[in-house]
Amino acid sequence: MKPRQQRMLAVGLAVLGIAIAAGLTLRAFEDNMMFFVEISDVVAGKHPSERNFRIGGLVVGGSVHREEGSLDMSFEVTDTACTVPVIYSGVLPDLFREGQGVVAHGRMGDNGVFVADKILAKHDENYMAPEVAESLSKHQQDIQAAVARGTEGCNPDDS
Amino acid sequence: MIPEIGQFAMILALALAAIQTAVPIVGAHRDDAAMMGVARSAATGQFVFVAIAFGCLTYAFLTDDFSVLYVANHSQLSLPTLYKVSAVWGAHEGSLLMWVLILAGWTLAVARFSSGVPDAFAARVIGVLGFLSIGFLAFMILTSNPFERLVPAAADGADLNPLLQDPGLAIHPPLLYIGYVGFSVAFAFAIAAMLSGDLDRTWAKWTRPWTTLAWLFLTLGIALGSWWAYYELGWGGWWFWDAVENASFMPWLIGTALMHSLAVTEKRGLFKSWTLLLAITAFSLSLLGTFLVRSGILVSVHAFATDPERGYFILAFLGIVVVGALLLYAWRAPSLDSDVGFALLSRETFLLLNNVLLVIATAIVLYGTLSPLIYQMMDWGKISIGEPWFNFAFLIPTVPLVILLGMGMHAAWRTQNTGTWLDVLKLPAIIGVVLGIVVPLFVYGRMSVMLAVGCIAAFWIVVSSLVPIIRSLRREKGAAGITRSALGMSVAHVGMGLFVLGVTVVSAFGVESDRALSPGASTEVAGFEFEMRGLNNVTGPNFTAIEAEVEIRKDGEYVGTVRPQKRQYLVQKSPMTEAGIRAGLDKDLFVALGDQLGNNAWSVRIQYKPLIRFIWLGCLIMALGGLIAISDRRYRVNVRETAKRKDPKAQEAAA
Amino acid sequence: MNRFILPLVIVIGLIVFLVMGLQHGDPRALPSPFIGKPAPEFELPTLKNPEVVIGTDNFAGKYTLVNVWATWCVMCQAEHGFLMDLAASKSIPIYGLNWRDSRPDAIRWLGRLGDPYIASAFDPDNRVGMDWGVYGAPETFLLDPEGTVVYKHLGPLDPAIWEREFLSRMQEASP
Repeated sequence: MKPRQQRMLAVGLAVLGIAIAAGLTLRAFEDNMMFFVEISDVVAGKHPSERNFRIGGLVVGGSVHREEGSLDMSFEVTDTACTVPVIYSGVLPDLFREGQGVVAHGRMGDNGVFVADKILAKHDENYMAPEVAESLSKHQQDIQAAVARGTEGCNPDDS
Repeated sequence: MIPEIGQFAMILALALAAIQTAVPIVGAHRDDAAMMGVARSAATGQFVFVAIAFGCLTYAFLTDDFSVLYVANHSQLSLPTLYKVSAVWGAHEGSLLMWVLILAGWTLAVARFSSGVPDAFAARVIGVLGFLSIGFLAFMILTSNPFERLVPAAADGADLNPLLQDPGLAIHPPLLYIGYVGFSVAFAFAIAAMLSGDLDRTWAKWTRPWTTLAWLFLTLGIALGSWWAYYELGWGGWWFWDAVENASFMPWLIGTALMHSLAVTEKRGLFKSWTLLLAITAFSLSLLGTFLVRSGILVSVHAFATDPERGYFILAFLGIVVVGALLLYAWRAPSLDSDVGFALLSRETFLLLNNVLLVIATAIVLYGTLSPLIYQMMDWGKISIGEPWFNFAFLIPTVPLVILLGMGMHAAWRTQNTGTWLDVLKLPAIIGVVLGIVVPLFVYGRMSVMLAVGCIAAFWIVVSSLVPIIRSLRREKGAAGITRSALGMSVAHVGMGLFVLGVTVVSAFGVESDRALSPGASTEVAGFEFEMRGLNNVTGPNFTAIEAEVEIRKDGEYVGTVRPQKRQYLVQKSPMTEAGIRAGLDKDLFVALGDQLGNNAWSVRIQYKPLIRFIWLGCLIMALGGLIAISDRRYRVNVRETAKRKDPKAQEAAA
Repeated sequence: MNRFILPLVIVIGLIVFLVMGLQHGDPRALPSPFIGKPAPEFELPTLKNPEVVIGTDNFAGKYTLVNVWATWCVMCQAEHGFLMDLAASKSIPIYGLNWRDSRPDAIRWLGRLGDPYIASAFDPDNRVGMDWGVYGAPETFLLDPEGTVVYKHLGPLDPAIWEREFLSRMQEASP
């Protein structure tokens, strides 16, 4: 083979390899992609059932409970319209606080409880994950509407 | 008064940058020596004024001048002096000033150490760098003025974000920016070469040491950032595939490709247009990184305060620079096709593969970084990409990359005899496979496919890279058995091997566990016993803390004591975790305090991280390799020779 | 097509994509959910006198500014001078919402810099802040005479913003 042909062969093989790799990568991408689901949608059952996803909102004041001396804990997260109970076992981030923004990774348990395997809180006082902020502002609207109608609270089917 | 001087200096620097751009480039075009001569003095002047501005801001921090808004926002009376200095670049405005200072510094260095380069060429390079300065100075003056006043002055500042109050983070941004911005030099050389149309291989030779220098700083900067994230973010990971990390990693990957392709262009006159494209891309990715970090377009824990106006400005500037460069490229590059042949088995082929794989790796990182944005814009939902995807996808190009690395080093230019090549490779291959299987199996007692691949690749690279060093030591004692250039390459590749080993072992055998501990109690993780001896209150300059004393034992024998802290910073009222780490070359033992669980118990995160130090040690050795390569006398001797001959063509003929 | 033009095409595509991303992701471009809605009701003790309670009722009848501030917030201080000028011009009543702060610090702060507020509601634990969807300080709400939120501004105020975003809205409604 002439050098030029050899090079073409090498390039051809490389392209084949890349195609296979790209296929594998895209598959893995699907598996590792994590959706952010708003609390109201979680309450309405509009969330992935077989895979992990993220939720975000504010930690409800007074809802944080832990068993004395144990790592197991529970709290509630709200987007100000609806609320989801969360259980978690492990170390919490520094800025996890009642009334503050939080993002949790995990999946839905059978009993309507979100089982978190990772908790993230914001990194500094002035920062809130944009998706949480957006979700809150969106549902704040619902609260207003609900107040106007005289039925306050969670109306997941509306959204 | 001082802040106004700083502001005035910035404006003067902008004016000088404009002169530095226009006059030399026009001069080079007209072949007017006087106009070209302006380049060096304008570059010097620009540097001096940017340095004055930087000095004024530093002075404002050191004197607690809270009438400057930026100082009031990011400093505080009781902040330790070291952090008052590092706070200068702790947020958007100041870090931008540092960016400009570093760009001016690189320009000055080019102006000083380019006496061997023809005047017209140097004038163009400095002119292009001046254009970049214009963009960033204007950006700062128009949207991000660090000297903005606060009236009336604050009594005390809001303090520096506690996460940034750390010696590692004080020097991480400067190193990172020196690397990041350093690719502007390779970019300017490429543009200058295209402007002049003089695209023989000499420009590659002039660019090489500058590219390597920028690359080695970027390597150190990234490594330092990873180390900081490991101990300061508190939870023991060393790389998170965070958008901001990726923003610095992509230029590194392309910069690495550029270094290798420059070698081919310089030695063989091949890949010319490709090398030009990489030089443009490396710096374009630096600009893209700046945009991603400062526009708030992506969600990241590191991102600066968001401001869309800034985003539009950087994007517009990025557009002008990159589109301009690529237009020039589309015009000039077609004339560059040279068809010098090389055999399939030759160093050229391996370096071509190196480049292809590095570009693929970059594309993967870019796609992963931008995909949340793509999904959001398409209204497909809000997603985040988990680390597992990056870890997996990144391995696809990098596993072949590291295996080919060990082979390519021993292939000759042009063509390589297969028999002698295999002879050289035999020994490293055998040693690599044996060590790669024995070490995980007998030292750590477990084996898997990925583990074997990683360890074999690591030992293979290390041994294979040591071969040229060992040979030269054996054959000729002392003297010039191996060029600095080749030695640098070998050393850098040894570093790469150690890095791969560290990553493989820590990923496979690292243990992480959350436990509850109270004083007097103990728990076992990875065969080590962790006993909490007590809790104390500690007071720092601007924080109070609870400190745990944790004693570590193995089989009843004392290993060490760590003191993790939970700090409460007084001004920002924010808690911070300071991990307690017992560091060692073979393993780190890591204890971080979580929160109080009641009953005097605390949640703690305990980690066993074998060989994690190899990750940063490997990077350090890579950077050392770069340093050795730059010190090759070839670069210096040639500079002097060309200076004497004043004719690049003659010098090329001699080479 | 000339293969040397390909990088240019890719880059232009990427830039167009990023411009769209900036427009899409611009947090300020998001319409605030409050605009056109009645301000959430609340009652809080005032900062200077815990015995006195103020609330949404105090705002009725004319255009009112509600400014969220705190002593730990440097940008609040940056806008304070403007608020003082605005208060002196008597063009609009300004109420404060002292947010996640301590009472003695806040009173001292007003003592030092001047007090542009008719009164400040004291909200140390973010109860009202949460109802009002406060993201951070400073933040300023413009309420019309019916108590409806007309505009909400994130970040410090200055004369230009005041004229462009606030005055224009007040004039629009009452020609």
